[in-house]
Amino acid sequence: MKHAALRRSNRAIFAVPLLIAVLSLIGLVSALTGDGLRDVVSWLALGVPVAVVGWAMRARRS
Amino acid sequence: MTRTSIRAWYLVHKWTSIVCTAFLLMLCVTGLPLIFHDEIDALTGEPQFATTLASSGEGPGLLPLDDMLDRALAMRPGEVPLFMAFSNENPVLTVTTGPRPDAAEADMTLLLFDRSTGALAGQANEGGVMHFILQLHTDMFLGLPGMLFLGVMGVLFVVAIASGVVLYAPFMRKLGFGTLRTERSRRVKWLDHHNLLGIVALAWAVVVGLTGVINAFATPIVQAWQMGELGEMTAAYAGRAAVAPADYSSIDAAMAAARKARPGNNPQFIAFPGGAFSSAQHYAVFFQGDTPLTEKLLTPALIDAATGELTDVRPLPWYMQALLLSQPLHFGDYGGLPLKILWAILDLFTILVLGSGLYLWLGKRRTPLSARVREVESGGLVTP
Repeated sequence: MKHAALRRSNRAIFAVPLLIAVLSLIGLVSALTGDGLRDVVSWLALGVPVAVVGWAMRARRS
Repeated sequence: MTRTSIRAWYLVHKWTSIVCTAFLLMLCVTGLPLIFHDEIDALTGEPQFATTLASSGEGPGLLPLDDMLDRALAMRPGEVPLFMAFSNENPVLTVTTGPRPDAAEADMTLLLFDRSTGALAGQANEGGVMHFILQLHTDMFLGLPGMLFLGVMGVLFVVAIASGVVLYAPFMRKLGFGTLRTERSRRVKWLDHHNLLGIVALAWAVVVGLTGVINAFATPIVQAWQMGELGEMTAAYAGRAAVAPADYSSIDAAMAAARKARPGNNPQFIAFPGGAFSSAQHYAVFFQGDTPLTEKLLTPALIDAATGELTDVRPLPWYMQALLLSQPLHFGDYGGLPLKILWAILDLFTILVLGSGLYLWLGKRRTPLSARVREVESGGLVTP
């Protein structure tokens, strides 16, 4: 909590969530447009929100 | 953000959540096994086929459709055909029968045949536990009112998500992304988990929520198409008597006429006259598109059920396409097992968001609103 006093802007607050949301949408649509590689893209992109929670539970606990 | 607007959004978040949470928890819990219904059904006996032919094809090795229909009707004497559905993967052909052309879903019987041999491949299991879970998830055994009710709950869920995103900003003002304070207090721990899981699952939850809403409104959407565009396509038949099942012409001839209008495309199903997906005088043959992207966007070819001649063929309007695309996007069954597993994990995240939200509300129910608003504003540092 080294930046506890800092007030973050909306842009800073929503930067990561927006990136996760865009990747999720890419993942949701990708597999719909075809099979094979497009399925793999979908798994990787939709895996990001899941991986982020795993990261936070390891690295962001305090 | 001013304290007044935080207060307003807090109230929106609180009340939309309170109303929908119990139903959303039911939907998330019943949805979990439904994600894997193919795998679960396969465990209970996957039929084996002697051929790799697909029932949606044509030519040698596949029995005529009229022959298949006769077999089905011989098993259901006195009933009429309602739907015939095809597969692109195996020779299974599904025939749905019922007592009347406009029979309700509860009165329908689903028969599965192997189109390469004509043998019965099974009867849909209406009494199984998966069917029970599906009914609970779709309409809570209340039919159309139940579906529409759950659709409204889905709308509230989406509003709850949107207001939650708004509240995320003041809450996170002094916190880094992903902060999970687990040692301060149980309440702060759950607040942080609620915020992280909610914001991370945001896009998925909105898509599954909205597509669920569209699916819940399927009946009025199909009715709008039937009264609107289907009515236009069959305008010349307005006021004519329905074609009686005894006068139905050959399905094979109808399919041949339909294929001529959509060469190279696979049929997905035929809707018989008098049901929700056709007029009282037509076979509606629904064709898939020929690319993976357009495969789910269907085009109906309407064939006069008495003469076997083509009346009209038109792609479905946008609202029907939206309904068709809403199905895979809600079920998560379009990208193999890894996608289903991700679907299940994100579903579990949503259950945790709903559960933690309930805990946060129940935990301090007697606290004044101003204290709750301060909790949001301070990122959980000032607990009520």
